[in-house]
Amino acid sequence: MIRVQREDFDVGHELEQLAAGDHTVGGVASFIGLVRDFNLQGGSADRVAAMTLEHYPRMTERKLAEIEAEADRRWPLSATLIIHRYGRLEPGDRIVLVATASPHREAALAACGFLIDWLKTDAPFWKSEETPAGERWVEARAEDDAAKSRWR
Amino acid sequence: MNAPVKLLYFAWLRARIGHAEEQVVLPSDVRDVAGLLEWLRRRGPRYAEALRDLSVIRVAVNQDYVGFEHPVRESDEIAIFPPVTGG
Repeated sequence: MIRVQREDFDVGHELEQLAAGDHTVGGVASFIGLVRDFNLQGGSADRVAAMTLEHYPRMTERKLAEIEAEADRRWPLSATLIIHRYGRLEPGDRIVLVATASPHREAALAACGFLIDWLKTDAPFWKSEETPAGERWVEARAEDDAAKSRWR
Repeated sequence: MNAPVKLLYFAWLRARIGHAEEQVVLPSDVRDVAGLLEWLRRRGPRYAEALRDLSVIRVAVNQDYVGFEHPVRESDEIAIFPPVTGG
């Protein structure tokens, strides 16, 4: 399931719902992305007071659905959930939740890592940060492409 | 008269170009993404500046990522943006 929303989410509730009523599920894995109060970009650490996430409505949902379908193709998953927020967020706020449920932990853990790695390079979201020097667009990181490529 | 294409700009491209969206009728010699970017650069200094370095430009046609050789056709929705930074 995919949700792109401005609102926060309740992690405990979402994880509980993912496997609710399905007793074939042996494990639930999750990743939660949070807003940091610093960013290392261009060699210096800058304080981040807040960030604003924008996205490309419809393409975002479409790409996330493709990524989810790819995970389903690769691993025996009982359920998957991706929630990604947009709008203005402050340090400590949740940005993203990726969760997977499977009869086996290996599949749940691997699929969860796969989903967040692919999401970072394929889902059309952009972050701009509020720093002491003003507003700044976050640059894509080569490490994120490398993280995705390990799943080929 | 050709039907227009819908152009969408995101993140710093939107900020530099100055708007998020526009409908334009492309000249008939603009046949692919590379040709479109070249044509846009000639539309004014804001476009020229925003599209100066094509290595940091990504394009989606009808909501799928495409290469610069991808054809553009009437009524396409063409989004132009920097590399994504979600998650």
